[in-house]
Amino acid sequence: MKKINKKFWLGILMALAFYGIVKVLLTTGILSDVNQSMLLLIGVNIMLAVSLNLITGITGQFSIGHAGFMSVGAYTSAILTLDYNVPFIPAILAGGLLAAVFGVLIGMPTLRLNGDYLAIATLGFGEIIRIIMLNTEYVGGASGLSGIPAKTTWTMLFFFTLISVVLINNFIRSTHGRACIAIRENEIAAEAMGINTTRYKIIAFTIGALFAGMAGGLSAHTFYVITPGSFNFLKSFEIIVMVVLGGLGSTAGSIVGAVFVTLLYTYLREFPEWRMIIYSIVLILMMIFRPSGLLGVSKFSLGKFGKKEAKANDAIESSGTP
Amino acid sequence: MKKIGAIILSTVLTAVLASGCGNNTENSGNSASGGNSAGGTIKIGADLELTGGQASFGDSASKGAKLAVDQINAAGGVLGKQLELVVADNASKSEEATQAAQKLITNDKVVTIIGASTSTNTLGIVPVATEKKIPLVSVGATNPKVTVDERSGNVNEYVFRAAFIDPFQGEVMANFALDSLKAKTAVIYTDTSSDYSKGLQKFFEETFKAKGGEVLSQESYQQKDSDFKAVLTRIKAANPDVIYLPGYYEEVGKIVKQAREMGITVPFLGGDGWDSPQLAEIAGAKALENTFMSNHYSPEDTAPEVTSFVDAYKAANGGAVPDGMAALGYDALKLVADAITRAGEADPAKITEALAATKDLQLATGKITLNDKHDPVKAAVVLKFVDGKQTFETKVNP
Repeated sequence: MKKINKKFWLGILMALAFYGIVKVLLTTGILSDVNQSMLLLIGVNIMLAVSLNLITGITGQFSIGHAGFMSVGAYTSAILTLDYNVPFIPAILAGGLLAAVFGVLIGMPTLRLNGDYLAIATLGFGEIIRIIMLNTEYVGGASGLSGIPAKTTWTMLFFFTLISVVLINNFIRSTHGRACIAIRENEIAAEAMGINTTRYKIIAFTIGALFAGMAGGLSAHTFYVITPGSFNFLKSFEIIVMVVLGGLGSTAGSIVGAVFVTLLYTYLREFPEWRMIIYSIVLILMMIFRPSGLLGVSKFSLGKFGKKEAKANDAIESSGTP
Repeated sequence: MKKIGAIILSTVLTAVLASGCGNNTENSGNSASGGNSAGGTIKIGADLELTGGQASFGDSASKGAKLAVDQINAAGGVLGKQLELVVADNASKSEEATQAAQKLITNDKVVTIIGASTSTNTLGIVPVATEKKIPLVSVGATNPKVTVDERSGNVNEYVFRAAFIDPFQGEVMANFALDSLKAKTAVIYTDTSSDYSKGLQKFFEETFKAKGGEVLSQESYQQKDSDFKAVLTRIKAANPDVIYLPGYYEEVGKIVKQAREMGITVPFLGGDGWDSPQLAEIAGAKALENTFMSNHYSPEDTAPEVTSFVDAYKAANGGAVPDGMAALGYDALKLVADAITRAGEADPAKITEALAATKDLQLATGKITLNDKHDPVKAAVVLKFVDGKQTFETKVNP
């Protein structure tokens, strides 16, 4: 137990060191605005990927509605800061909470479904949210909300991302997390072992929605404008790509996937004609040669330092992953 | 085997990433050495839709802007310096438009940005331009809230545009229906999933009613609808003199086609959302008889400034006829060049002042004066479809 704690704090320390270095580089102007907005985008994508990983990778529920939750969070927090002068952090949290409420509401009926049926139900949810936003005059209709203050700073974003990763990762390692993994491995067996499968699925779904909502709020306050079109199902697929590319079921993998996809996409901007082709080829090659993702099912730990532990954990988490 | 594959793959990936990075640093290196006032060039950024859903708009606009740069440089440049156009792709997304604008300003050190071709993407650039105090001339944004902040009602100091705004188009068509078509009654059929359509509808209705016309009914559809017969039956029963149909070409084509099949022969009127070769393909040339649309310009206009632009564009692009967006891209760049000349130096603050004072500037889409809301006051053209082709009908001055 002590070992885990040591590694945990070491990880946090390294993350803080990274934060400090970037902060210094930003204030001294070595990293420009372009780099900053790329870092912000990476952070938002990490939150999205890690939270979707909890639903898809850990609990094994294939959801295509993640952009819908993101949209709820983005619109809620943007309206709060624009029209009600709510401070930034409460606005983001409120966005996340409302998304979580939607997570429960959507999860209750749909999580009794599984596989393809769930995928279609969540896809439907995402589209419903989009159409509602599209036809609501108050949130700007098709042209969306604009003039949202850019309040997401590197510091804000870093701590939101760090906290969400730590919380989700701790959840995965807890009793509840293991219950979720059991559901992924074999739902019937899990139920036979006395796990209330629907309840755990809803818990995972809600936590995922909460952080997706917060990520949405952060991204709205980074890029000034939100439109219903930017939260369509393609956005959901983009998040799924990050998770699958990084390795389903691995938090570290989701982070690597999010960073990788964002960087790839950003640097390919220099070659607009080739961008989508290269992006797609990379994805195809990835899936042919490394179907288990960049990191496979590696766990979020400082690997080599605690081999025994990691192995034991891996055995629990990795057995039989696709 | 698997290992080799993985090695190859990772090499490819690293190469892609490295080349991306390499390119990036190279660019910033260029701009550092090139500068904008000390060197011989003035850099103008273009934040356009080169990929994604509106790629055809961005492509036309960038071709138009390039033509303007080439012409200006061939004639000796601006203030004795050559212009350099730095184009960045925004992938038809507003958040990428934000990033592209940041890149243009910080890495490429441009003094002015033109773009984007749609209102939504332009709104992603507005805060960046305002924060960095770099003037922005939107190519195709027609929504009023691009230059005037919706909530505060203040004019965005650094934001200008080359296209006329939605309300004006609605007015133009209302006047055209009343004066040229002698219409007394109209039905308005709006796309409620688009703000553009709703904007045009609102101002058409206001003007039409104010000048004595009667609107018999308001009907609506949504994008991606495909069967309109129920509504068209009602419209047929109402028997209006004209039907105003402000929408995008895809649904418009289907609506016109189905209406003609049902025996509705009255004129259909629309806006620049009709401007696509696909309209004739969907509706068929015959159904489009007796339909009219408002647009920014017509390549068939015989005014000398239009013919010289069309000829130059054709010569530069292998005979392709410039569409509205190409003309607007050309105009946006000319607006900037004119402002830099009047400002006397390539300084963003002075260019902004000069842009705001733009008056009676002769461009491809007409003579432009920017009003106190930074919106151009200029003529619109009304086009008539003959054999499925847009033909010049009349020019309406504001």
